[in-house]
Amino acid sequence: MSDNVAMLLRRAGFGPTASELAAAKKAGYAATVARLTAPSGPDRGAAAAPMPDLGRDPFDNLPNPTTEQRAAAESTRKAHTDAIIRWWLDRLTVADHQATEKLMFFWHGHWATSIRKVGSPQFMLAQHQKIRESPNFKVMARRLVSDPALVYWLDGQLNTKDAPNENLARELMELFMLGIGHYSERDVKEAGRALTGWRTDLGVPSTAIYFPADHDAAPKTILGRTANFDAYTLVDFLAKQPACARFIASRLWFRYGSSHEPIIDATQKRIAAAFPVGMQMLRALFEDEEFRSGRHRLVKQPVEWLVGAMRQLNIRPAHFSQKTLSQVVSGLNGLGQVPFAPQSVGGWPSGTAWLNSAAAQVRLGLADLLAGFAEVDGMNAEELANVLAIETWTNRTYLALKQAKEPRKLLIIGLASPEYLVS
Amino acid sequence: MDALTRRRFLLASAAAGGAAALAAGGVGLAELLATATGGDGPDPGEGPDKLVIVTLYGGNDGLNTVVPYADPAYHSARPELAYDPERVLHLDESLGLNPVMTGFKRLWDSKQLGVVLGVGYPRPDRSHFRSMDIWQTASPAVPVPTGWVGRWLDGTKASAEAAVSFEPALPPLLVGATRVGACVALGGLQLPQGIDAELVAALGRIQDGESELEMHAAEAYRDFLRIDKLVRQAENAELPADAGDLSLLSSTATGGGSSLAAQLALVTRCVEAGVPTRVYSVSLGGFDTHANERVGHESLLKQLDEALSAFVHRLARTRAGRRVTVVVYSEFGRRVRANASDGTDHGTAGPLFVMGPRTVGGLYGEQPSLTDLDNGDLKATTDFRDVFGTLIGSVLQADPAEYLNGYEAKLLPLVRTGI
Repeated sequence: MSDNVAMLLRRAGFGPTASELAAAKKAGYAATVARLTAPSGPDRGAAAAPMPDLGRDPFDNLPNPTTEQRAAAESTRKAHTDAIIRWWLDRLTVADHQATEKLMFFWHGHWATSIRKVGSPQFMLAQHQKIRESPNFKVMARRLVSDPALVYWLDGQLNTKDAPNENLARELMELFMLGIGHYSERDVKEAGRALTGWRTDLGVPSTAIYFPADHDAAPKTILGRTANFDAYTLVDFLAKQPACARFIASRLWFRYGSSHEPIIDATQKRIAAAFPVGMQMLRALFEDEEFRSGRHRLVKQPVEWLVGAMRQLNIRPAHFSQKTLSQVVSGLNGLGQVPFAPQSVGGWPSGTAWLNSAAAQVRLGLADLLAGFAEVDGMNAEELANVLAIETWTNRTYLALKQAKEPRKLLIIGLASPEYLVS
Repeated sequence: MDALTRRRFLLASAAAGGAAALAAGGVGLAELLATATGGDGPDPGEGPDKLVIVTLYGGNDGLNTVVPYADPAYHSARPELAYDPERVLHLDESLGLNPVMTGFKRLWDSKQLGVVLGVGYPRPDRSHFRSMDIWQTASPAVPVPTGWVGRWLDGTKASAEAAVSFEPALPPLLVGATRVGACVALGGLQLPQGIDAELVAALGRIQDGESELEMHAAEAYRDFLRIDKLVRQAENAELPADAGDLSLLSSTATGGGSSLAAQLALVTRCVEAGVPTRVYSVSLGGFDTHANERVGHESLLKQLDEALSAFVHRLARTRAGRRVTVVVYSEFGRRVRANASDGTDHGTAGPLFVMGPRTVGGLYGEQPSLTDLDNGDLKATTDFRDVFGTLIGSVLQADPAEYLNGYEAKLLPLVRTGI
């Protein structure tokens, strides 16, 4: 069963350190699940990485910027974007409550909002905070339906009584709350009407602003129920659908269990029964036999791989120079996963999509960069396995490691090895 | 290439690859050539049609590239930046190329340059990132995770070398859902110090009993080496007999080792060596000309003009080269009116170029009005997906709608098909 504790830690967090793994093995599976999903006390590690205060969006109150003003504002935004990416990577690395942080990262991929369209780092950070502070999925959905980043990302600000835009309504049903097959095109149109009347203001990252005159107040019929739905009553209603709990269960399985084997019925029921508290659902997943069996493998997402390596090698993004941070972010971009910038509303890629030849080259470069920061003296293959929480090396990797004379080379091989890329 | 020449070339390339490359294992250029030229069209030597996509990063000022020199509105909107009518290289009685684009003008005169006017998309976005994503994913309405070439890789179950980028990072253009194009660094395999090809090859070995995912991870390392080797072999191979004795890499490349000219030189070598790549992605950056535009923009256009006109002339010399079509685009044009810093700010529609031996030269589409503007910006008259759709249909011989998320492209007669 000790193998499964290692798997549990890899899936629940971002790559366990040797001491975390040793402690978990000693405590056993059940106690480790309990500790991960109900951590006691405040997160002392995370306290070392306070959320940055960005101040105002530089484009706020700048309706017709001159060229110089625009350039200055864009460069401020770029600096803010770097700051929030650095902060989040740092927090993921230093946080003790790893399952909490991993679940937060899961929700970011679930609501999949990208700064590349939203533009405002303030909006992105405000959305992040809302997700973090939501006690359960129902509350989260309520907060996000009027979240400026999400509204702008899905053209909600263009959705008015006179010119409805159903983008947000469709994704609420398809990607965020119900899943395909649990609603009709008519439901999407009607839900789109319920969501009319919201606009965003760069000066107000906390919430979109409701304009009653643009809202369609007439009754709508959604999933068979006729009422004067608005944004909030719509998401409350969707969250009550049995399909919603099941859908969230299947999404959790996709990221924590397997991204190519669909969730089995018993597992889905078990996780859905713990809806709407995300962490409780996760606990049900970790305690599920299918998960514990170890039959299912996952490709590590690039951020998991990077943060895991930084935790294990004791590297902090907070200490990176601006140049190093740029290299890391550009590496993540090459691997296909930059925090705050999912490629589409469908969320991050998964599985073998992370394993292409272009990524292979980028990964070697990033591994080299990380290895340069790691303070390791003479280390052999066995010791490296311990540091990287690898149970055993394959012959392939073991032979390659044996050839490596310098510690840096040893680290690069370990971090790039196929066995370190899956969990 | 006839059979004998090809055999000689194969031998030469095997030798050029060297012992280290052979030790890396996997399939080399020789094997790929032997299979790739098996049954593709009437003459295996020239291979299938190929597309070279040139991305101009930053937003190229279309109005100072294809200049509406006869329109008084052009001169009044940007008095400091406008070109005198007698200086521009006239394409017709109203439009002309920027004075530095003499190579493009020669291609125009020989009917190898197609200029598509007013190209854009609905509800233009003025963010570099977002707009570039839109062009590369060919999805203006909603962000999607795949590029249009990536979707073609998916749909044709192509291997990674079917689409190769010589840019520093893989562009979203080449990312599919299940397949991803390859990224090859100019100037040699880029590996961390102390890590050589043999070591990467060692990581690429598959182990008995390991999971399918680990096998995929290992395979990616082998793919990476294999494609790199393919390109290096092409780079070092003897020139095919029909290429003559031109020394290409010594061309007057401006901008250093990663310049557009250097990228195109490598494309040339690959095309002439018969590398089975169908789509090449290359780029030139720096077009974000907010201030003191005239000098910087002219220098960029000159680089573009020299690199591309030399490339197209060279293509015409070989049978493989004559199957190549080039497209040049940027994420947006710039505002009609100049700003107070003698530059221009982010705009909307712009001209797009298609060129090559198979191109049907001429003007396509309609020049947007300089007086009927959308909030100070040009109104697009042609959707860029019509051009990309045309290229998917004519160069890649595939169904445009399948790779444009269902968009029904209005095809333009830009490319001669058949022999």
